[in-house]
Amino acid sequence: MLDNLQLLFVYAPVMNVQMILDGIFIGAVFALAAYGLALVWGVMNVKNLAQGDFVIMGGYVAFTAHNIGIHPVLALPIIAIVMFLYGLVVYQLVIKRVIDNDMFVSLLATFGLSLFMQQVMNLIYGPEVQTVDSHMYIMTMFDDFVTVPTVKIVSLGLAAFFATVIVIFMTRSRMGQAIRATAQDARAARVLGIDTNKVYMFTFGLNSAICGIAGVLVSMIWVLQPFYGIVYALRTFAIVTAAGLGNLPGVITMSFILGWVEQYAGIVAGAEYQIAAAVFVLIGVLSWRQVQMRRQRQVVR
Amino acid sequence: MFKKYSIAAGAALAVGLAGIVAPAVAKVEGDTIVIGSSLSFTGKYSTNGFHTQKGYDFAVKRINDTGGVKVGGKSYKIKVVYYDDESTPSRASQLTERLVNQDGVKFMLGPYSSSMTKAVAPVTEKYKVPMVEAEGASRSLFTQGYRYIFAVLSTSEFYLAPVLDLIAERTKKDGYKSVSDLRIAMAFENDPFSLDVRAGVVDTAKKHGMKIVIDDKLPADLSDMSATLTKFKALKPDILLVSGHSKGAATAARQFEEMKINTRYVSITHCESAKVHVKFPKSANGLLCPTQWLTNLPNSEPIFGNAQKYDADFKKAYPEYKTGIPYQTTQASAAVLVWKDAFERANSFDTEKVRDAISATDMNTFYGPIKFSEAGNNIAKPMFYRQIQPDGSYTNIVSHKDMTVPRKVSY
Amino acid sequence: MNEKLIYIGLAAFGILGPIAFPDYIIQFAVLWIMVIMASTWDITGGQMGYNSLGNIAFFGVGMYISACIQVSMFYDLGDFTASYGAIKPVFTDLQYYTGLGLGIVFAGVGCSLFSLLLGLAVFGLRGPYFAIGTLGVAVAAREIAGTIDVIGAGAGIAMPFLPLPIEYRSAFFYVLCFILAVFAHLVIRWLFKTQFGLAANAIRDDEDKAEAMGIPTLRYKQVGWAIAAFFMGCAGAVFGNMVGYIEPLEVAFPVATFGIFMVAMSLLGGKGTLWGPVLGAIFFHVVKEATWTYLLGLQWVVLGLILILNIVYFQQGIMGWLQAKYPERFGIAVDESTSASKEGV
Repeated sequence: MLDNLQLLFVYAPVMNVQMILDGIFIGAVFALAAYGLALVWGVMNVKNLAQGDFVIMGGYVAFTAHNIGIHPVLALPIIAIVMFLYGLVVYQLVIKRVIDNDMFVSLLATFGLSLFMQQVMNLIYGPEVQTVDSHMYIMTMFDDFVTVPTVKIVSLGLAAFFATVIVIFMTRSRMGQAIRATAQDARAARVLGIDTNKVYMFTFGLNSAICGIAGVLVSMIWVLQPFYGIVYALRTFAIVTAAGLGNLPGVITMSFILGWVEQYAGIVAGAEYQIAAAVFVLIGVLSWRQVQMRRQRQVVR
Repeated sequence: MFKKYSIAAGAALAVGLAGIVAPAVAKVEGDTIVIGSSLSFTGKYSTNGFHTQKGYDFAVKRINDTGGVKVGGKSYKIKVVYYDDESTPSRASQLTERLVNQDGVKFMLGPYSSSMTKAVAPVTEKYKVPMVEAEGASRSLFTQGYRYIFAVLSTSEFYLAPVLDLIAERTKKDGYKSVSDLRIAMAFENDPFSLDVRAGVVDTAKKHGMKIVIDDKLPADLSDMSATLTKFKALKPDILLVSGHSKGAATAARQFEEMKINTRYVSITHCESAKVHVKFPKSANGLLCPTQWLTNLPNSEPIFGNAQKYDADFKKAYPEYKTGIPYQTTQASAAVLVWKDAFERANSFDTEKVRDAISATDMNTFYGPIKFSEAGNNIAKPMFYRQIQPDGSYTNIVSHKDMTVPRKVSY
Repeated sequence: MNEKLIYIGLAAFGILGPIAFPDYIIQFAVLWIMVIMASTWDITGGQMGYNSLGNIAFFGVGMYISACIQVSMFYDLGDFTASYGAIKPVFTDLQYYTGLGLGIVFAGVGCSLFSLLLGLAVFGLRGPYFAIGTLGVAVAAREIAGTIDVIGAGAGIAMPFLPLPIEYRSAFFYVLCFILAVFAHLVIRWLFKTQFGLAANAIRDDEDKAEAMGIPTLRYKQVGWAIAAFFMGCAGAVFGNMVGYIEPLEVAFPVATFGIFMVAMSLLGGKGTLWGPVLGAIFFHVVKEATWTYLLGLQWVVLGLILILNIVYFQQGIMGWLQAKYPERFGIAVDESTSASKEGV
């Protein structure tokens, strides 16, 4: 471990450039999925354990597009729409009936959904690791030491673009305002004539579309396998729990932090701690918040 | 007040549990020999679970079509009963209990991967049910004194450790640098198979005095090894070794390309089953791949002919394998051949007699010679090494002279 | 008394079942393990409203504690787990049984202590944060177990062999599981007949008020969790020996399967009741085994669907359904006028 630290800060400080860049690229993808979760959690109080599977599903839709010869980036709007519609269907069949129940119902229902989605993807695409080749140039810096695939920059740009679109949508559009109103007080919103059922449905569809976009980016940057969803779900939960609901800047910051923590943990402690690192961040933040709340004789709820 | 319910519930339970009863299959049913196997059809090992199943099925069909198994002057057909262990060891051991107890199976074919085999072996041992396995390479399977497990494949220490021997010789010949100055980076999945491969590598590296500078264990569900590779680029070792089944091979090949990993020697396991030469032709170029089987082996036998013929016939039966057959499939077929041979020599279905016949196996197959040691591993068959060429083909590496060094990559 | 009949029925099932169907004995044993999982989850989950997703951590920790004790009493653990199998393990009968006995006891006690420490760290969390925090603990435990070389890291540990003739081996572990399940059930039953049950339900209904009433809530939560952890630890120790080979990802810490199944079982049967988790576990196990036999290849799809349907359309669970249908048998007085007017609304 000491060797690794020495390597990082004494012998090859350029490594930090690679890791910070990688952390940002990873974080951008996490941020999208995590924002989707924050949205459904905040608006309709549904803790979607299948979040990661929506991401992977988006990746597989991109993979299908790639197979029929459409570049995933060009297919992005179509993929978003497909995922949006899928979200609506899932809402109608499952989510609608668990919204008003206690938290465990939504956790378990979405766990069932997660199992179901994984297995159906496994039946359709098989368990093999799949990738989507974006055929994009790979840039290098510092004498080939730092590599930055263009596709990652494009992904970052796309993530930023969609985040902006969502923010504008949430503040300017009628539907966005209705969503925020429902999040603040569903009953009051209903009294004021907002069709909360429609709002919930739209929110869930939006979350699904956001996850789909994140999935497209995942498919171009990493690899897809039907059972990888749970790791992404874990990360989004860590981010949202740590950042708090309805706190977009917090979610984005936390996503980048998580991206960096994973990268640095992988280098300093070894790859075997990379997934553990995300969990430690979660536990650490929760403990810290408990300590804070305890000072005010409160609990984290 | 609960009387009615308790009786009803008891009845429902009895019915429910009895309902689980699959039709009890005797070990030999009419003219059919039933062999059981729990394989991974879902979960992390399922890619190779299916490769294995196709190997079993192909051999079973071929044996049945060419006269079956002759025992006591009568011809029997083979049938394999499969269960899905979901890539979960505890499930695999439960299913094996079920195969033996409920389905009455007395002969077993192995599951996929060392972890599953490790979980199944105590069960087959407990019921004294012989198992011929083709996919559990872990060395530790053969140090436990198991009596009923036989493996047709070469064990884990032959995967990457001999690559180091080849590299050491080649380095000496090239005068590249002194062997003890060679530095190794390795990333192994955190599972029994890869950790056993790792143990072999560590011993061999020590023997040559090579220095291990990176030694990472990859978590099973990690889809990103960029941290390891970044460290790799900073340290610039001469040798990179990766093992993590098909998933690890695909992830590694993808990220080699993305991070422009260029080093003198790179070796990874499971190249063929991950199809790296097709999916990542750029980074696959020059990879050294251990394999259990080659298409140009000379050995020949009556069922499949030689390796080349097996290759052609299999591709005809399963066209999706036209880019190459993973060795996981061929060794599965070889395991079925061992069963046929053992039944015929034992001339009986008594498990003890069949077990002794398996133990005395000394045969030639398209997969190579098979002869078991006291511990149950195949000691007659060597491991082979191949290098991926720029056009995606594989060339055999018999001695260090056959290697293209350094690998010519152009990202 | 009718409860007596249930006990007689279950005892008959537990004793005669494996005798009548000896081939299914391992499935019966797993059934009792699942009953333990669901019932002990319910102590804090259903009765106190602390829905933990991390109880499986105790299962795995118990399994490893027991394995370490069983091996390291007689061999060097590092040598034993070394990938090459440097030594061939031979345990005498006496060594095996003392190892197993001490292993199970220490697994339980160790997990209780672990839960006390953990409780300090997570009992300030409520609702979803508690669920996710405990889930995080279980995942962390899994990942950490995978990095410790002396316990075999990802390669796991091959457990010592039970020195009994084959035909008694399954029966031996079955009896252990059955006794453990009965013991756990009796302890939980006794526990909720004491003041503890009232306090636990008060915590579930309104913790702040309970605190204001002078109930030392933290202590109650800790005691409840420690009891759950004790039985989970013992169950893990027995299960590890039954499987014969333990490794962190799938055998010791199956977070995404059994970790969540135990919650699903409680919910299915009806959480917050004594019998709900037991019924739920039995029902779940039967369904699971049946789909695994008859719907091979689709079993997980079907299981996912069953879970969704159960949660979406059958939230009250079996016990809840029975209570709603026959309230008088549960000693619930129904005011006809109010229930009628409610239906009218």
